[in-house]
Amino acid sequence: MLIYTLKRLLQAIPTLLIVITISFFLMRVAPGGPFDGERQLPPEIEANLMAAYHLDEPLPMQYLRYMGNLLQGDFGPSFKYKDFSVTELIMQGFPVSLEIGGLAILLALIVGLPLGIAAALKRNSTVDYMVMGTALTGIAVPNFVIAPIFALVFGVLLGWLPAGGWNGGALPNLVLPVVALSIQQIAYIARMMRASMIEVLGSHFIRTARAKGLNEGEVIWRHAIRPALLPVMSYLGPAIAGIITGSVVIEQIFGIPGIGRYFVQGALNRDYTLVMGTVVFYGVLIVLMNLIVDLLYSALDPQIRYDD
Amino acid sequence: MISKHHKMMSRYLLAALGGIALGAMAVPAQAFTVDIANGAEPGSLDPQKTSGVWETRITRALFERLVTYAADGSLVPGLAEHWEISDDGKQYTFHLRDAEWSDGEPITADDAVFALRRVLEPAIANQNANLYYPIVNARAINAGEKSPDTLGVEAVDAHTLRIRLTQPTAWFLQALAMTEASPLPEHVLANADDGWIKPGDTVSSGVFTLSQWQPQSRIVVTRNPHYYDADQVSVDEAVFYPIDDANAALNRFRTGEMDIAYSSVPSSRFAWARENLGDALRVGPLTAEYFYMFNLHDGQPLADRRVREALNLAVRRDVITDQILGQGQTPSFWYVPRNTANAPRGDLDFADMTMDERMARAKALMQEAGYGPDHPLRLRLNYNTLEDHKKIAVAVAAMWKPLGVEVELINSEAAVHYATIREGNFEVARYGMVATINDPFDFLNAYADNGSASQSSGYHDADYDALVAKSTRELDPQKRRQLMTRAQQRLLDGYALLPLYDYVSVHLVSPAIQGWEINPMDVHPLRYLQESEQ
Repeated sequence: MLIYTLKRLLQAIPTLLIVITISFFLMRVAPGGPFDGERQLPPEIEANLMAAYHLDEPLPMQYLRYMGNLLQGDFGPSFKYKDFSVTELIMQGFPVSLEIGGLAILLALIVGLPLGIAAALKRNSTVDYMVMGTALTGIAVPNFVIAPIFALVFGVLLGWLPAGGWNGGALPNLVLPVVALSIQQIAYIARMMRASMIEVLGSHFIRTARAKGLNEGEVIWRHAIRPALLPVMSYLGPAIAGIITGSVVIEQIFGIPGIGRYFVQGALNRDYTLVMGTVVFYGVLIVLMNLIVDLLYSALDPQIRYDD
Repeated sequence: MISKHHKMMSRYLLAALGGIALGAMAVPAQAFTVDIANGAEPGSLDPQKTSGVWETRITRALFERLVTYAADGSLVPGLAEHWEISDDGKQYTFHLRDAEWSDGEPITADDAVFALRRVLEPAIANQNANLYYPIVNARAINAGEKSPDTLGVEAVDAHTLRIRLTQPTAWFLQALAMTEASPLPEHVLANADDGWIKPGDTVSSGVFTLSQWQPQSRIVVTRNPHYYDADQVSVDEAVFYPIDDANAALNRFRTGEMDIAYSSVPSSRFAWARENLGDALRVGPLTAEYFYMFNLHDGQPLADRRVREALNLAVRRDVITDQILGQGQTPSFWYVPRNTANAPRGDLDFADMTMDERMARAKALMQEAGYGPDHPLRLRLNYNTLEDHKKIAVAVAAMWKPLGVEVELINSEAAVHYATIREGNFEVARYGMVATINDPFDFLNAYADNGSASQSSGYHDADYDALVAKSTRELDPQKRRQLMTRAQQRLLDGYALLPLYDYVSVHLVSPAIQGWEINPMDVHPLRYLQESEQ
């Protein structure tokens, strides 16, 4: 297991290097630069700006400069948020996104898994149709529709919860963003769990278990659940990486200071260093999450073993 | 019969209650905190590295300038108590008042000298440095050709600052009111330039100090007891929230979380806001112009003046301002927004014609230029992503159709759009120009020699350049206005652009706040805010 983990981590390094290089050059290909804004600058001032940020150097040289700094752990200063380094911005924003995203996934699992199981067990019944119908709505309705509705209804009209803001992570401020973010995940997880359970319940070893005379409870909870969780697990790996790096929409609508907006705003602002920083960060997270998922696989499915 | 014990108890109780009552009277009244939806996260709070109002609103609260803004946007003494301008207009002498930094050090003329030298340093790459070019040697310093200490500013003594200009400059005082010109704490910055803006630690000269900065979450500024007029200030604390989604800001204003919400009424909710938010909705003219820039370079379809005139004639600006926008924008037949201080007069010469007359003339011009039903004019119209820009572009394209113009609408995100303009890769491009100083110079200069609009659009007119330069040197406001009017008229007579409207500012201010005034420069110093009597 340990050797497998180490091998995977080593393999990740060339992958990350390729990702970083492609992202770097891709960002520069996009027309427009960090200083192309409504206020058009006189040429001398523009020259000063480009020089201050080394943007007047040939591109390969800028790349080497960036990689050199990266290897020393320096992501550089943000082009747009000049009083902060990229590291500071990510370190300040990530815990917030992690909290919102983590709670959303937790909520999604707590609600989605039982719903999926119930729907699978009571297949083609009213319960099943209701769960699946709601799940379909949850997947189809985008969260930039749900989130403002939540803010309007629960924040403005009913006044039960704040309409936005982080407020240091106070509980009332967490509720709406977490719920809004989790709805789509609940829907996906419920559907996946249902499909997976149905498949597992029809497999040979379950028939054997029933033939052996085990009661239904044992069949489901001791034998069916674990293999049924496998597809959900593969989905969760990258999904968690995606969610904990923040949802742009949720963060923007509720004013949450996470790192989600850096991905999009960074690109729109042509904030090269910030975008590169978030790309590296996200890349590392994906590698880690995939590794964790694969390790959990072997815990769930005794047929899967590494290092042999 | 009350026992002795009970009597003692009741006495103690009374004493305790009395003590509490006295204590309550001694406790200060609740702090006056203003919560502000500020639009976007500041890129920097270094006053010389800012690029937009969401930053200058905060830096103006932290750093005082030699001259500053009153509640109505006019210029009043700041750190300079009074000043003299020489008869030839080339020398300014400022007399600084007794004031101190928030760390107790005195604010001296050396701090002002330091700041002006710094704003012109190439490494700072300040975006408005050209507004300080009138100072002797400024331009050369900014180009890296001379060292900053050759700048024409000197501290005659601790309280006297002398600035020498290469030529008289009518708007120079306005340039000194900008945050870029705030005196800076030399005793702090001489040692460390990076990271000097840190909450709790920043040495400031303004009404407030920076006490908290959580990126993307909130910026808190607290009253500065060292401010020279601190006892006149009501606000104890102001919190700025970088809410970039206008709808979200509107929601949080409605719940009472925000006392002031800047630019927080999306176009689509304006009518609703006017009906439901009453006095809280503050709409006023803004010194900003919305227009379509034409590409006049040789070989371009719009190099032909007749076509430019025809396109201008056909656009019904009142339809755009009244029916598409409906927020009180003024249809524009000029270039410099009307409510800019000392704005030039004059407008496009067809402003008095009826629409039928205009269309007839436009069609005739197009025919003359060689366009007709079998030879239509194909034009590209670029705009950056925003629902209103799209609606206006579609409307304008429809208005041009009867002239035989076929328009291709090109929507790009902001960075691409502005890069396209800068590279001259357009035929017609939507543009918005906002005044940085309350003076027509900013606008006129853009189309003058080497100005950004002149370069992008290819408009070159030596007479125009001469008039603008002359108007800058003219200190008599009346004469200056005449010169600027003549300059603008050349621009308009040449149909160098297609003006559409003068902007308005739309903000939300809670009735619980007083002292917030609408003004064309859209400056609302926190210093003057007070709680309303309830």
